[in-house]
Amino acid sequence: MTASSAPSTAPGFFDRLRAFYLRSDAAKGYVLLSPVMITMVILLAAPLILLVVYSFWTQVGLQVDTTFTTDRYNDVLGKQSYHDIFWRTIGTSSLVTLVTVGLAYPMAYYVAFGVKKYKFVWLILLTIPFWTSYLLRAFAWKVILGFNGVINSGLMTLGVIQEPLEFLLYNQTAVVITLAHAYAAFAILPIYVSLEKIDRTLLEAAADLGDGAWARFWRVTFPLSLPGVIGASLLIFVPTTGDYVTPQLVGGPTGQMIAYSIQVLFLKVGDWPLGAALALSSMAAVGILVMLFVTAMQLAVRQIR
Amino acid sequence: MADNIIRIENVTKQFAGGVKAVDSANFNIERGEFFSLLGPSGCGKTTLLRMIAGFEFPTDGEIYIDGQASALIPSYKRPTNMVFQSYAIFPHLNVFDNIAYGLRKDRLSRRELKRRVDEALAMIHLEGFGARRGDQLSGGQRQRVALARALIKRPKVLLLDEPLGALDKKLREEMQIELRELQKNVGITFVFVTHDQEEALSMSDRIAVMGKGVVLQIAPPKELYEAPNSVEVATFIGNINLIDATVRSVAGNEVTLDGPGFGQFRAPAIDGLKTGQKLTAAIRPEKLSLTASRPGANYVEGTIKASAYLGDRSHHHVHVKGRPTPVAVAAQNMDRSMTIGIDPSKPVYVTWDPRSLILLKS
Repeated sequence: MTASSAPSTAPGFFDRLRAFYLRSDAAKGYVLLSPVMITMVILLAAPLILLVVYSFWTQVGLQVDTTFTTDRYNDVLGKQSYHDIFWRTIGTSSLVTLVTVGLAYPMAYYVAFGVKKYKFVWLILLTIPFWTSYLLRAFAWKVILGFNGVINSGLMTLGVIQEPLEFLLYNQTAVVITLAHAYAAFAILPIYVSLEKIDRTLLEAAADLGDGAWARFWRVTFPLSLPGVIGASLLIFVPTTGDYVTPQLVGGPTGQMIAYSIQVLFLKVGDWPLGAALALSSMAAVGILVMLFVTAMQLAVRQIR
Repeated sequence: MADNIIRIENVTKQFAGGVKAVDSANFNIERGEFFSLLGPSGCGKTTLLRMIAGFEFPTDGEIYIDGQASALIPSYKRPTNMVFQSYAIFPHLNVFDNIAYGLRKDRLSRRELKRRVDEALAMIHLEGFGARRGDQLSGGQRQRVALARALIKRPKVLLLDEPLGALDKKLREEMQIELRELQKNVGITFVFVTHDQEEALSMSDRIAVMGKGVVLQIAPPKELYEAPNSVEVATFIGNINLIDATVRSVAGNEVTLDGPGFGQFRAPAIDGLKTGQKLTAAIRPEKLSLTASRPGANYVEGTIKASAYLGDRSHHHVHVKGRPTPVAVAAQNMDRSMTIGIDPSKPVYVTWDPRSLILLKS
């Protein structure tokens, strides 16, 4: 369809629109993206903007004073208890990430390198933790770790212990165990994908150049699986910093995380501006930590030659 | 006895499922030789190379590398290095680190390491490319890096698994010459796997032709082409016309045979021929010529069925009465005439020198 060579009938608006659409890759891209973009704007960007706006306001009793102020951020930064719970959150999430990625790596490695047939079945089996609701899984761990739970009664029946172990539930350990289990598949799948992609000839080349099994893993497999490890780390670290349900169910007083404080501010205290400022500050802090982590990992692995 | 760097003794490789990829291979590779393993895909040549490299272990037999029994030694302990078909350049390392890969655990000083790598880069004409990443290199450059990475280890044997397969024709021909030059300069034994017969013929000191897991013939290129020892080798290397023939009489160095379409014809005798014996006579298309007029002797009459113009030469298929397959003739295009010069509607005569015939016993 060429406008210059057909003077008999002038192209209509829709013809021109069609021509524009067919010629422009960008237009096609935006049309494909539009359902996602619309959803994202309405469900994610709009509430976030609202949150940002709120964080610069002030709660006065039941009213909100809409004069611009950065006092809420000063409140957040100035209060030691927020610092404490934030760093505890980061500590718990880091531990969860470390444990989950550490346990997921060998599993992903086995499926990628060890399993020859029915890989598909293995991958489905690995997603089994996802087949029950998140809440149920947390409750299940409560049953397992509890004062009269499976572990305690089991050990007592066997005579290994006389009194139930109290360090199992309602603390950080319980939170780490429950979250690590819940997020296992998030770690296994990205690591599996990055391992599966590695050209096996590279490992033969490494062997040919004098590397034994461990050296091959450390110098070739591990650096090449780094995108998967980083992806898995982010998929676990970022959502767990905002997790509310698990600390609530199995965390006890020492296992609480930042989401609990935000919930208290929004729903119990009713101070939305302060809650918004706390949520946004922790979001920014997590963002910065993640960037530092990714950069540090990449720099560190680049040292492996 | 020659100085053999590799001795292959009764090496058999049987894969799960019973397929014998290599069936009792027996041969030697001399020190400093450019040795090629040639055969169609699936003939076992790559499996044999991988057994020399230590990526596969033979089911039976022994491989001696520089006198040491090596069949079951893992690849990282062997004095061999390999250039892979896909080059296997480490994507997370730059050119310098790729080439230095095999030297890292030798704990060389930083200066010595740099000297060795720079030397290797100079050898492959890639000075100044050290900081490039693998994905920023062209196919030919990747191939050179793979070569340098293997040679820097100063192996006793360099193994090359179809290293030129992924390059375009022109680059391929350049690399063939370069590779040959390099091999002469470094003096390392090269074992080269290829399915490309021209490549094998132009580069090798000796070629082992393989088919279905069996080594069919080992010979220098010219001998392989001009004196193949079997129908399989004759048909795999180049094109050839086969004539199912019967021996009529043997007289000294000459034998008279009888074949369909060819009638009675003469050929140089080979040992142990008896009158009435059936065998295969073979002649290469370029050793046949076409004429429009009837020659005195050593000819058959036929008609041109098809012709293909290939620039420097033309291929003709000549139908000969009494012969099931046409006779292939390759003629040099000696002049610039726009016609083939032979009228396809008239009979043509295919002639040859009787010394060009090869006799192959079944």
